[in-house]
Amino acid sequence: MLKRRLIPCLLLKAGRCIKTIRFDSIRDVGNPITAARVYDAQGADELIFLDITASHEGRDTLLDLVTQTAEQCFMPLTVGGGVRTVADIRRLLAAGADKVSINTAAVENPNFISEAAAVFGSQCIVVAIDTRLRAAHDYEVFTYRATKPTGHRPVEWAQRMADSGAGEILITAVDRDGTMEGYDLELIQAVADAVTVPVIASGGCGTLQHLVEGVTLGHASAVAAASLFHFTDQSVIKAKSYMKSAGLDVRPA
Amino acid sequence: MTVAVVDYGMGNLRSVAKALEAVGARVSVSTKPEDLRTADRIVLPGQGAFRDCIANLRATGLVDALTQEVRQKGKPFLGICLGLQLLADVSYENGTFKGLGWLSGRVERLTVNDPRLKLPHIGWNDVEFQETPLAAGLKKNPIFYFDHSYHFVSDAPDLVAASCEYGGTFAAAIQQDNVFAVQFHPEKSQEVGLGLLRNFLNWKI
Repeated sequence: MLKRRLIPCLLLKAGRCIKTIRFDSIRDVGNPITAARVYDAQGADELIFLDITASHEGRDTLLDLVTQTAEQCFMPLTVGGGVRTVADIRRLLAAGADKVSINTAAVENPNFISEAAAVFGSQCIVVAIDTRLRAAHDYEVFTYRATKPTGHRPVEWAQRMADSGAGEILITAVDRDGTMEGYDLELIQAVADAVTVPVIASGGCGTLQHLVEGVTLGHASAVAAASLFHFTDQSVIKAKSYMKSAGLDVRPA
Repeated sequence: MTVAVVDYGMGNLRSVAKALEAVGARVSVSTKPEDLRTADRIVLPGQGAFRDCIANLRATGLVDALTQEVRQKGKPFLGICLGLQLLADVSYENGTFKGLGWLSGRVERLTVNDPRLKLPHIGWNDVEFQETPLAAGLKKNPIFYFDHSYHFVSDAPDLVAASCEYGGTFAAAIQQDNVFAVQFHPEKSQEVGLGLLRNFLNWKI
């Protein structure tokens, strides 16, 4: 039976691991390689690296981090941040990434996802969707670290991306990022139920029960968390054990 | 023990090489026929769409050396993911493409009988092995990492060395003489994956 996945998500800037609140108020939370090794040792199911360094030199720093991580951690690694071309994808995969996460470029170049899926296969193309709540029950897709509205609605956008060849959707509620108030279950469930590809829930996880809710109420195939591991004494091991005792089929840590 | 990891420009060669090194292999990432000739074992990794993978593999000019070393000389061989699918007679991934034809069978899209099951099949799933030295010392029904939408359908069911359930049963591993090939990613399956790679290095045909 396919297991529900628990995925620590590391936000990177200039080679450091950081954490934001609603994509703002950056705090340094450590060395990403050290963090990745700990998550690996604890039996995390995958890792996500999202890099927000907006410079050319930043790209080499990221590739170096991916290389070092892949040398030490024999677990699946998804890497995103500034992925805009087939060459960008090829470089990340060659460095040791298994999947790439594409966000802004998917909105700006509608053919990019189908082009990438044709070359690398859907199984390696994750489309990341950042959303903000406009009004009650009304969400909008944003790009450029959630600063630019796109006019797209997340459910329709996720469906379109899956039809274009995305193999997975990483859906983030920006309003919940770093708040530890729990996933936006209305958003997660709407997207998860609307697409035939796996959906990773992201944004807001602050307790072990939130992880369970992401699956049982949000219908997500995988749950991502950052603050939970950075700022509480919860570990991947405890989280897996909690999810299992709640009746979820997870891989033992 | 020297292992040649066949480099045809597709996918996660580095991860495969590093995982093999972690279990004691000396790895050469190979683009030249002589690397395949001098290696003790050969690994064909793969990630990507079948069309591009088979085209790139043929373009390297390594197919002849690969066939000679593995099929004629009987060198132990491990195919991973697309490295399994490329061995088929034919793949139906986005068209019809001829494979290497080492394994009699075809590559088809996974069909799931339950609408709640998502595709691609991404994540960790239980694998049930038949009696094989490649699974020696692994715990019963070990859990491996998968990431695929297509799977190999063998014309010879007795070659299926391991199976997996996802909306139906599919071949997770194939063993034919000195050829072992897996649909999952041992290089990404932490301890259990390294265990399988260690078994590959110790495999006596």
